[in-house]
Amino acid sequence: MYDFDYKRPTSVAEAAATLRKAGEDAVYLAGGQTLIPALKLRLRKPSVVVDLGAVKGLDSIAENNDGLLIGALCAHASVAGDKLVKNRIPALAALADGIGDPQVRNRGTLGGSIANADPAADYPAAVVALRADVVTDKRNISGDGFFSGLFETVLEPGEIVTAVKFRVPEKAAYVKFPNPASRFALVGVFVAKFKDEVRVAVTGAGASVFRVAEMEKALGKSFKAVALDGIAVPADDLNSDLHAAADYRAHLVGVLAKRAVAACG
Amino acid sequence: MNVQVNPTGIGASVKRSEDARFLTGKGRYTDDINLPRQTYAFILRSPHAHARIKNIDTAAAQQADGVVAVFTSADTAKLGGLPCGWLIHSKDGKPMNEPKHPVLAEGKVRHVGDPVAVIIAETLADARDAAELIDVDYEELPAVINMDAAQTGKTALHEVAPNNLCYDWELGDKAAVDAAFAKAAHVTKLELTNNRLVANPLEPRSAIGDFNAATGEHTLYTTSQNPHVIRLLMGAFVLALPEHKLRVVAPDVGGGFGSKIYHYAEEAIVTWASAQIGRPVKWTADRSESFVSDAQGRDHKTTVELALDKDGKFLALREHTLANMGAYLSTFSTAIPTWLHGTLLAGQYTTPAIYVNVKAIFTSTVAVDAYRGAGRPEATYLLERVIDKAAKETGRDPVELRRLNFIQPHQFPYQTPVALVYDTGNYQASMDQALKAADYAGFAKRRDEAKKRGRLRGIGVCAYIEACGIAPSNVAGALGARAGLYEAATIRVNPTGSVQVFTGSHSHGQGHETTFAQIVSDKLGIPIGNVDIVHGDTNKIPFGMGTYGSRSLAVGGSAIAKAMDKIIAKGKKIAAHMLEAAEGDMTFENGAFKVAGTDRQKTFGEIAFSAYVPHNYPLETVEPGLEETAFYDPKNFTFPAGTYVAEVEIDPDTGVLDIISFHASDDFGNIINPMIVEAQVHGGLAQGIGQALFEHCVYDEKSGQLVSGSFMDYCMPRADNLPSFSVAHTITPCTHNPLGVKGCGEAGAIGSPPAIINAIVNALSDYGVTHIEMPATPQRIWRAMQSVKAKKH
Amino acid sequence: MVNVNLTVNGKPVKAVVEGRTLLVQLLRETLGLTGTHVGCDTSQCGACTVHVNGKSVKSCTMLAAQADGATVLTIEGLAANGKLHPMQQAFHDHHGLQCGFCTPGMVMSALELAQHNASPSETEVREWLEGNLCRCTGYHNIVKSIRAGAAAMKAGA
Repeated sequence: MYDFDYKRPTSVAEAAATLRKAGEDAVYLAGGQTLIPALKLRLRKPSVVVDLGAVKGLDSIAENNDGLLIGALCAHASVAGDKLVKNRIPALAALADGIGDPQVRNRGTLGGSIANADPAADYPAAVVALRADVVTDKRNISGDGFFSGLFETVLEPGEIVTAVKFRVPEKAAYVKFPNPASRFALVGVFVAKFKDEVRVAVTGAGASVFRVAEMEKALGKSFKAVALDGIAVPADDLNSDLHAAADYRAHLVGVLAKRAVAACG
Repeated sequence: MNVQVNPTGIGASVKRSEDARFLTGKGRYTDDINLPRQTYAFILRSPHAHARIKNIDTAAAQQADGVVAVFTSADTAKLGGLPCGWLIHSKDGKPMNEPKHPVLAEGKVRHVGDPVAVIIAETLADARDAAELIDVDYEELPAVINMDAAQTGKTALHEVAPNNLCYDWELGDKAAVDAAFAKAAHVTKLELTNNRLVANPLEPRSAIGDFNAATGEHTLYTTSQNPHVIRLLMGAFVLALPEHKLRVVAPDVGGGFGSKIYHYAEEAIVTWASAQIGRPVKWTADRSESFVSDAQGRDHKTTVELALDKDGKFLALREHTLANMGAYLSTFSTAIPTWLHGTLLAGQYTTPAIYVNVKAIFTSTVAVDAYRGAGRPEATYLLERVIDKAAKETGRDPVELRRLNFIQPHQFPYQTPVALVYDTGNYQASMDQALKAADYAGFAKRRDEAKKRGRLRGIGVCAYIEACGIAPSNVAGALGARAGLYEAATIRVNPTGSVQVFTGSHSHGQGHETTFAQIVSDKLGIPIGNVDIVHGDTNKIPFGMGTYGSRSLAVGGSAIAKAMDKIIAKGKKIAAHMLEAAEGDMTFENGAFKVAGTDRQKTFGEIAFSAYVPHNYPLETVEPGLEETAFYDPKNFTFPAGTYVAEVEIDPDTGVLDIISFHASDDFGNIINPMIVEAQVHGGLAQGIGQALFEHCVYDEKSGQLVSGSFMDYCMPRADNLPSFSVAHTITPCTHNPLGVKGCGEAGAIGSPPAIINAIVNALSDYGVTHIEMPATPQRIWRAMQSVKAKKH
Repeated sequence: MVNVNLTVNGKPVKAVVEGRTLLVQLLRETLGLTGTHVGCDTSQCGACTVHVNGKSVKSCTMLAAQADGATVLTIEGLAANGKLHPMQQAFHDHHGLQCGFCTPGMVMSALELAQHNASPSETEVREWLEGNLCRCTGYHNIVKSIRAGAAAMKAGA
């Protein structure tokens, strides 16, 4: 790891000011489960690390109109174990319970995960499928437009995610096919049925999370696994790597989507 | 088997004495050691698979904060190369091509990770920071990855190895084999790859060099399975240091699996550098570094053919293999695909004619050497796969085909056509035991039931044999080993009757401190708490060839048994004197020396005390003291064997596989500690199943970069990948060592890959799948099903 | 440099660390608590697992500075008065360790499971161990040990 200055602000405003003052190559540190490994491998060289761990008020979970407002610093284990989440959006609790491993879930955070926008992360599928809004210190960003590419979001420099508001669906399920080595999502499919629409969001398969319009349309007509028969996701833009070629990923999207629909009950 | 007299003796599942320190965080592994004035080494490694080094500029690094010294091959070229311990001759009689393996790259780098420079600094962070200031001017050359392409002569990694050939070796009667094939009723042919693996013991390698200028003594602390071998190789060949001034300590070692046998450049670097700078130098690999510097395993490309007569009897076996050596020859590398592989091709069968040809190829990859099983898994895999394929092709049950060809119990000792003489075994017994445990007979019902659930169920059998207890020195020497492979032990009986055993074997998870103590407790009739096993320090142990090839108990344990015989003989002498009896009348049992036929006796403790308080000894016939050393050289290899049965289920939609059950039946000869033996099998099974289903070390064919260079991409088996195992034993005691033991460390890794793959092919048989390569990942299984999709589906 | 104050195995600790110092480096190098091991650099092997404020974390993936004010428990803090913790004892009784390198992390991870789930099934134990690699045991005896350890903890509670 390269050396850096470590800062530990206690409020969002102080954190933003600290980062601004520190300059362009400063970074926020949330749970650190992605950033710290990257630092250790010398893949990143920030001059200042602004630790959000002592910032107050970003780790609560509350009901909010038609959704759940989950603080950005909520650890995955907190979301997975939260009674409200388990009751209102069990698929989201289950998703959080499948991220990484127990130790990672105790440290990794919702805000850190989505700000990092790893193409194989689980949360992006939930953000998109559950029509979430990403709340920052500056604005509300629609989940549909939040992820802009491989490890990219529309967050501006210095902008801090403070919470994510997930809409409560009628039914939802997330089915993940883990990378056998890293256990990140090789493919993960989140299906959510709302009164007025069905969403199918896919993570792991492409450069960034994406929706499958044809599946959504078919499920809108008939919310049954068989409705997806014959719908194939083109492999052209999907990832190919040591663990899965694009055609296998495309195949898995179809299989997992059906299983997610079936799991919705 | 054993009547239980001593609850801490042979045959008892004694709980391990070493656990106490490991469970409380008090183990002492190499990286836990810190010496006064210690410095830290960071090794700058090649980012290229093959490149000429035009220039190395270390000036800026030399000046960086905290830097003590920077060394390159300009400083180390005068040192010897890392030696290879086994000379192989090609079939034309020429010795193998043996290029120098420098401690720091000289003129060229030949794999990603090849060490180029070492930076020594006050802290590791300083050393790492300074390494980035070193400017290496590389001229990139084409990588040599594919073994077929390597032989075309386009790019040679070493001048001394045209076409990147190390050797072209053969074993067996080619003419007899060809003749048998010519008259065969059926020939089954199979092409397969034995996938390259990374050993990945959980403890990364580490080494600390400490030179004492006042005494001239060099000390090396290192993560080694055999400190004496390191002392021998490094002292004699690399650094030219005499043994009495070189101490090698291998303290607690966090697993080895073969990868910590070899003498590595980093050991020589820290030992040498410590003398240069006059301070201790510590180096510890991080995992990414382990992936590009620990010797890797397997990596064979093989064509095998089996000839059968009309009744299914095996007539002959023919094998052609390309074996990957990597960029340099590691310590035992050359012996693995030859003498540890070709000699095992008879398996458990009476195949009368066998021919094997192995070409060893240099590639721009990390060196390949022994990994748990070493050569024997490769032999077992190709044999047990081709037999299954032959059974399918000839419409026979794979179990019956094996039984038909088994060597029968009355045929031992059995001379195979590939050099070995099996001393004993009972292969039908293992097969019976395993099939019964697995309810082989009930499989069809389970398969049909699975089918109703939409799942494909398969069962696979493997009957393995291995040659362990490595090795009879005369045989090894005749086959090219540059060392003997005996073992040494000293037993020191202290005045109050406690015993210290100094063994040349090294324990890095095997539990020697417990099992060896059981042997001593049993034979000397003393409490196990009075026995201490000392290992891992060349200044304490007379000599040692170390722990690998499932040899510790069969060879190291036998040395201890032999030393105990000497202790008892000496004790009898002392007892005879004390009891005023004839030495010939003395017996020793249950911890007491007795005059035969009388109740006159002296306890072991009394004899020990007397040995050190010899006030009235007849000094011309009895020396004081009670300490004996023995060297044991095995008369033959030992031949553990057994049958494994795997049952799997496949999800046809995704290719995901579950292991439903895994049954092992092993014959390890006599067993000292069943608890430890079973756990050795568990661990071996996990590694073999890892090879079959998960693990694959992959290099990019073009760039030569290691694609699976971390646990993010190299899939280690996790707890949720594996079932609980069922492990059982049959016993035919080894006929030629004093304990009747054979060794159990590698069996699991040898026998499990073919059992798993046979089960998968069985599950997919309706799809017309006849073979699937390892690792059989879900993607591979799914793809296999697509490629021949279901005439019947 | 950063000042950190924390409690390690019940004792207060003050240290001055670099921003980049990892919690595991503070434990091993500054405090000499070498029972916590480092087996990888990608946060997968779990050999470095310790408890921070009662939860298992990978101490190689946490800055020492982040532990300011925290309560840390390592393998060295488990045995009390010369008596092994029931989970340690279970690993001994069921031969749940071989080389011992992954063991401290396994035990610390198992402890958190047992705290959540006093009677974990074999499947639950195996799934919980996703963050801990062992290369020696094939996990067979680790799973047995953890189930026995959890039962012993329940009985002793």
